[in-house]
Amino acid sequence: MREREDEWTGLMRSAISGDSAAYHRLLKAVTPVLRAAARRGLARAGQPVDQSEDIVQDILLAVHLKRHTWDVDAPFAPWLFAIARNKLIDALRRRGRRIFVNIDDFAEVLPGEAVAETASAGEVAAQLQSLPARQRDVLQSIAVDSASIKDTAVKLSMSEGAVRVALHRGLTSLTAKLREQ
Amino acid sequence: MRMDTDQLIRTLAQDNAHRARPVGFALMLALIAAAPVSLLMFFTELGIRPDVMTAMRNPFFDLKFAVTLALAIAAIAVSLHLSRPEASLRGFGWLLLIPAGLLTAGIGGEMMMPQRLPVMTRLVGNNSRVCMTAIPLMSLPILAGALIGLRHGAPAQPAVAGAIAGMLSAGLAATLYASHCTDDSPLFVATWYTISIALVTAIGALAGSKLLRF
Repeated sequence: MREREDEWTGLMRSAISGDSAAYHRLLKAVTPVLRAAARRGLARAGQPVDQSEDIVQDILLAVHLKRHTWDVDAPFAPWLFAIARNKLIDALRRRGRRIFVNIDDFAEVLPGEAVAETASAGEVAAQLQSLPARQRDVLQSIAVDSASIKDTAVKLSMSEGAVRVALHRGLTSLTAKLREQ
Repeated sequence: MRMDTDQLIRTLAQDNAHRARPVGFALMLALIAAAPVSLLMFFTELGIRPDVMTAMRNPFFDLKFAVTLALAIAAIAVSLHLSRPEASLRGFGWLLLIPAGLLTAGIGGEMMMPQRLPVMTRLVGNNSRVCMTAIPLMSLPILAGALIGLRHGAPAQPAVAGAIAGMLSAGLAATLYASHCTDDSPLFVATWYTISIALVTAIGALAGSKLLRF
């Protein structure tokens, strides 16, 4: 467990210093843990666990947009679990239940318990439609059609810089919309 | 339309190059933008008291600034600490006791000196109503700025973070007001400033619980 968390901290440090591949690996590595905890939270609240993927995506967006609040000299896991706990509580509250989520729910997830994605998430994709046209087109191209930034720039006749800006703004507005719903 | 989690992760990784400014920077910018509004309110409606040069020789006049600035600075430090999701008041909350300690020491000091006026007269003062109006009103623009800056963070308890933002803005507004007010007794400060600051703290908690969620 300790080793796993040290590895996360190392990956996040590389990510912050500009290594996108390390960032990708980190997000891949934490996702099964977040998913297991989300399922556990849903189950305890008497909610169908197949909604866990919406919560996982919600947590990942928050991790992404708030990563500047992580202190690079601190371990990554407590920060991650604090974000995740906050989002999980929010999600359960939105579904009409108010339950206590223990931070240990995250820390104690064992590797074997980590499950693969089963049901797909719909909330994030559904909010795409309500974004301003440019942000929607860029996100659609990158997130749904899996195009690269370069290909998206060519396809939409935008500069790569403009694609990057629209991508970040799109992610920010998606998160805001999820929060308001 | 579908976006599975792997696609989302790939998308986030493509946005890795984006660097957000630290919360402290955002808070500072927002406070600098908000301050002129409160300063304008202060100089058009109140202004510095005319006898300020003589007042400065009175340690109890100076103490007001020590108390209000200590509150503002402590609240800024606590606000920035709380903008991290894993942070709590533990280990940092005591900073907010510094202004209270200064004020208590001031009250003790005043009690030991011979006074012309009785305790209740000093406590009630002449400006309690202006104090309770001016401090909250001048706080509001600063509070708005502080909340905008702190939205950059990720506080685990938005209401608590909002309350501290309220203290921060009330501390700064009270610093302005202290230079106008002719009531210098620490008893006056402990009563009317505290009520005003508590009011702004409550407004901050309410606004924070809505605005500081992430």
